[in-house]
Amino acid sequence: MDLKPGSRWRSAVCDAEVVVVRPPAAAAVLACGGHTMVAHGAERPAGAALSPDHSAGSLLGKRYTDAESGLEALCTKPGAGSLSLDGRPLAVKEAKKLPSSD
Amino acid sequence: MHTALLLDMAAEAFPDRTALGPRDGGIGFGELAARARGGAAWLAGKGEGTVVFLGLNGTALPVAIFASGVLARPFAPLNYRLPDDDLRRLLARTAPSVAIVDDDMIARVAGTPDVTLVARSAFEAACLDEGRRAAELELAEPDIAVLLFTSGTTGEPKAAVLRHRHLASYVISTVEFMGSDEDEAALVSVPPYHIAGVSAVLTGIYGGRRIVHLPAFTPETWVEAAVRQEITHAMLVPTMLGRVLDVLEARGEKLPRLRALSYGGGRMPTAVIERALRLLPHVDFVNAYGLTETSSTIAVLGPGDHRRATASADPNVRRRLGSVGRPLPGLELEIRGSSGEVLPVGATGEVHVRGEQVAGEYLGRKAIDEDGWFATKDSGWLDADGYLFIEGRLDDVIVRGGENISPGEIEDVLRNHPQVADVAVVGVPDDQWGERVAAIVVPRGEAPTPDELTAWAKARLRSTKTPEMWEFRAELPYNETGKLLRRVLKQNLAARASAGEAAA
Repeated sequence: MDLKPGSRWRSAVCDAEVVVVRPPAAAAVLACGGHTMVAHGAERPAGAALSPDHSAGSLLGKRYTDAESGLEALCTKPGAGSLSLDGRPLAVKEAKKLPSSD
Repeated sequence: MHTALLLDMAAEAFPDRTALGPRDGGIGFGELAARARGGAAWLAGKGEGTVVFLGLNGTALPVAIFASGVLARPFAPLNYRLPDDDLRRLLARTAPSVAIVDDDMIARVAGTPDVTLVARSAFEAACLDEGRRAAELELAEPDIAVLLFTSGTTGEPKAAVLRHRHLASYVISTVEFMGSDEDEAALVSVPPYHIAGVSAVLTGIYGGRRIVHLPAFTPETWVEAAVRQEITHAMLVPTMLGRVLDVLEARGEKLPRLRALSYGGGRMPTAVIERALRLLPHVDFVNAYGLTETSSTIAVLGPGDHRRATASADPNVRRRLGSVGRPLPGLELEIRGSSGEVLPVGATGEVHVRGEQVAGEYLGRKAIDEDGWFATKDSGWLDADGYLFIEGRLDDVIVRGGENISPGEIEDVLRNHPQVADVAVVGVPDDQWGERVAAIVVPRGEAPTPDELTAWAKARLRSTKTPEMWEFRAELPYNETGKLLRRVLKQNLAARASAGEAAA
């Protein structure tokens, strides 16, 4: 899968959707709920089920990162599955609270 | 990523929460997303190309921004205050385009080739059409999000290009998604064709803060709207803030609901910000520094910085009130000399920035180097703790006998004189020195004499920085977003200097 910046992906097993903000340093597989995510416009594969090991959920508006590869993805639709890259769970990136300037 | 996604996320999270207008009876995030889809479907049928917006602030602005985003067409807000000829010339540069034009402005731009004019009222009506709103409209592949014409204070306006990825990066890295309290509301009074007018819409929507647009700024209507609409946040350019403070003081209005006021878009006189801190002690002040080409803010001086600077006895901390704070996290900033070398702390040079929000591009021309650095053409320096001090535009630097002199420092000194209300310092051609320093003073009450001002400046500045030419005027020329028109002053003074009229 080509995890280029701006590319959109949907979970194969839940409602979650993400957009890639920063790509991984090398080719990698992004998964949600334990299953490889599918391209935004594509159909979900039949028969896939949420893995209990990857069911902590994905939260709308949170940025998720993988420290090893540098991948950063923004969750644009929430879902029951949690995100992982090559099997490594992604961590929530805590936003630095900035005073609003607009 | 696509800026239209920012609104889709907000609509997904809180469809019924108020996004625009009054708390009761305003427009919710879900409704805004539906109008943007409806507007996009309608615009797509009107013509090709850029979507132009020519009109006052209001609900139609965010709808049009996101409708253009859905179609992945550039959004180009134009300055309706320009003379008709200039406006038509700019509009012609956007062709092929569809222009959403305030009904009472259509006659001003009729007949521009390859531009389809649509009335704002027709656009707003189309956004409510149930059939169009329901149409399945996938987001088109994003590219240019916004074309903003620079104010052209130094020549023909340039069209700055901001791509979706720059604006989206700015928004998601500086604003927490739906991080605002539900009672927060921002009053947006910068015009649609200013970068702050565009970024206010994007960050307001993503942060979940209700946006109230002031159709056109006057200090009186700003204060009245702030009270009536229960405003908690606002952004003003320095000239606006000074005028708002005058109204607050005259009316004894304290704006108890106001929590945060940010300012930027020009040099803030220390006297004005000190007065603001005094009149509005409960308000958090934020100084934001940014450029159109950097997708808005790149450095901020936060509320804590303001309070520490005001309370400190340390002159190095106190003077930070005149700084623009520190660069945003994730953004790199360097001060470079004239041959490109990186300068140390305290040395003045050109501000360079690099980061994901930095677009640095004009139509037909990249202004970013191979390594991603953008030269801002602003002159500035960093202190030991990384606070950035902006001295002004490089183009405005006066070169007298080989010495570079920044007008800002001299203006600050003169503005502190009790009989000086406003002042501008410019260079005028000089046979002996190349340029010499001239000051144009707006007196407060009785005008001070040139000798008095010369003595005041000499006591506080090096003698080479003391103005050698003085002129007194009732007011200085500013454009409507508060930028001093130095070019106009320079031309006036150069003409007078060569005629030998001005007071020596």
